[in-house]
Amino acid sequence: MGHVKGAEENLTVSKLREWFPDATFSTKDFRNETTLLIRSGDLIRICRYLKEDPGLLYDFLSDLTAVDRLGDHPRFEVVYHLYSLQYTQRIRLKVQVGEGEAVPSVTSVWGAADWHEREVFDMFGICFEGHPDLRRILMPEEWEGFPLRKDYPVQAAPKWWEEGATSD
Amino acid sequence: MTERRTMTINMGPQHPSTHGVLRLVLELDGEIIVRCMPHIGYLHTGMEKVAESKRFQQVVPITDRMDYLAPLSNNLAYALAVEKLLGIEAPPRAQVIRVMLTELTRIGSHLVWLGTHAIDIGAMSVFLYAFREREAILDMYEQVSGARMMSSYFRVGGLLADLPEGFEKTVRSFIASFPDRLAEYEDLLTHNPIWIERTRGVGVIKPEEAVDLGLSGPSLRACGVAWDIRKSNPYSGYEQFHFEMSRGYHGDVYDRYLCRIFEMRQSVAIVRQALEGLPDGPVVVADPKLIPPPKPMIKQSMEALIDHFLLWSKGFVVPAGEVYQSVESPRGEYGIYLVSDGGNKPYRVHFRTPSFVNLQSLPRMAEGRLVADLVAIIGSIDIVLGEVDR
Repeated sequence: MGHVKGAEENLTVSKLREWFPDATFSTKDFRNETTLLIRSGDLIRICRYLKEDPGLLYDFLSDLTAVDRLGDHPRFEVVYHLYSLQYTQRIRLKVQVGEGEAVPSVTSVWGAADWHEREVFDMFGICFEGHPDLRRILMPEEWEGFPLRKDYPVQAAPKWWEEGATSD
Repeated sequence: MTERRTMTINMGPQHPSTHGVLRLVLELDGEIIVRCMPHIGYLHTGMEKVAESKRFQQVVPITDRMDYLAPLSNNLAYALAVEKLLGIEAPPRAQVIRVMLTELTRIGSHLVWLGTHAIDIGAMSVFLYAFREREAILDMYEQVSGARMMSSYFRVGGLLADLPEGFEKTVRSFIASFPDRLAEYEDLLTHNPIWIERTRGVGVIKPEEAVDLGLSGPSLRACGVAWDIRKSNPYSGYEQFHFEMSRGYHGDVYDRYLCRIFEMRQSVAIVRQALEGLPDGPVVVADPKLIPPPKPMIKQSMEALIDHFLLWSKGFVVPAGEVYQSVESPRGEYGIYLVSDGGNKPYRVHFRTPSFVNLQSLPRMAEGRLVADLVAIIGSIDIVLGEVDR
């Protein structure tokens, strides 16, 4: 899975270098998987290109999630796993984002991003600019805090619970 | 008055046909669904958060509890992801046993789908038959792992233990009788005019819409998109097995039904090949840092005792890095995104569960249809809410 052969891997990266000479990005290969770290300003045009280029056709958004690198600046990484049904290739895109900053929404490129971005918003508090309906998805609407952040405790009771427990 | 009046109602969260606790807010014009809004999260238990505080091997039981109808598919994805990060591969015998049991899991999961889907639409007897066969598969889980549902049989580095004595005979007798049983279910449904009336042309989704919404598994193949991860990006030795990919044409509830029935037959073929080609040898990697030493050795060797103690108190460390590993679960692409910081616990695990993503296409399939069709459509996407909410 995700085995990117040397030739194809270079194809995606070299095509991007050719088409986006002004965009800065870095690549990393680990365990036969390629990761592209790009700037959030380039995200939409790169995604659209990766999806539509006839030689790449990353038409399937497999997964979209985030990682909290507490202590690093910028703090969060938003991670996109793209898949090409035609060429059975995978590529991972990463965008770094600081606390309180927003990332452009890719819902206009892949409809599947809708719930994924809502989940990342719900769990990490990262906002997606241009998302049609950005609200919590798994946690209750009135929930405070973002559970998957590293500074959110694993075991904690919500405020109403604590208050209820002590008022007796 | 020319203004159209619509009514908004709640379906769920406690509704038997939502296969768990799914709440749908429906805007209705008479009996026609104008708008369908799924509300999820009722079963959210923070599995990804919990996984960050568990050692790598301890995450395996969490994956069981997500898709509780196909625990072994989830175990497999997780074990493969950690093994990929470690840069190791399970021994050949373990790989074939993994394939065999994952395919039995697929049959078991599809049987629950078939039974509940049929009962939703009003065919009671199929449910009783399907659960009879599923019982045989749960018995097999119990034989290999001691647990009927939360088996946790696949571990990082191989399997919990080798197959028990007599297991191959049990599987052989199951796959000998199962194709005929499947033919009986088909007699009850495939050409049944009521079944066809309720399912054909219902909940149609076009292939390009399905790909855009990230639909995967049998529901995607029913639209005519030929994508099966076992074929396109084989894992655990699937490239050595001969089987055909299911394929539909219309993307409706009926084609999804046909695809899953077809897949059960193919799974039987894979299980048969696995039984015939089952190699001998160990079922775990020979690495004392990953796998506890055999019990008698602990009493003889100081090193074995130390390895044993370290494994149960600290676990093992995994090199820093990140991998994405996906498998074809009965419901579609089940992916694990695993990040390690070089410690003995995952820094971050994300479970890309097919039910969560597939559920997004429900409104697209249901809007413009009758309320009664909604029940058929929900059944046909085959969601497990434990996996949607995690």
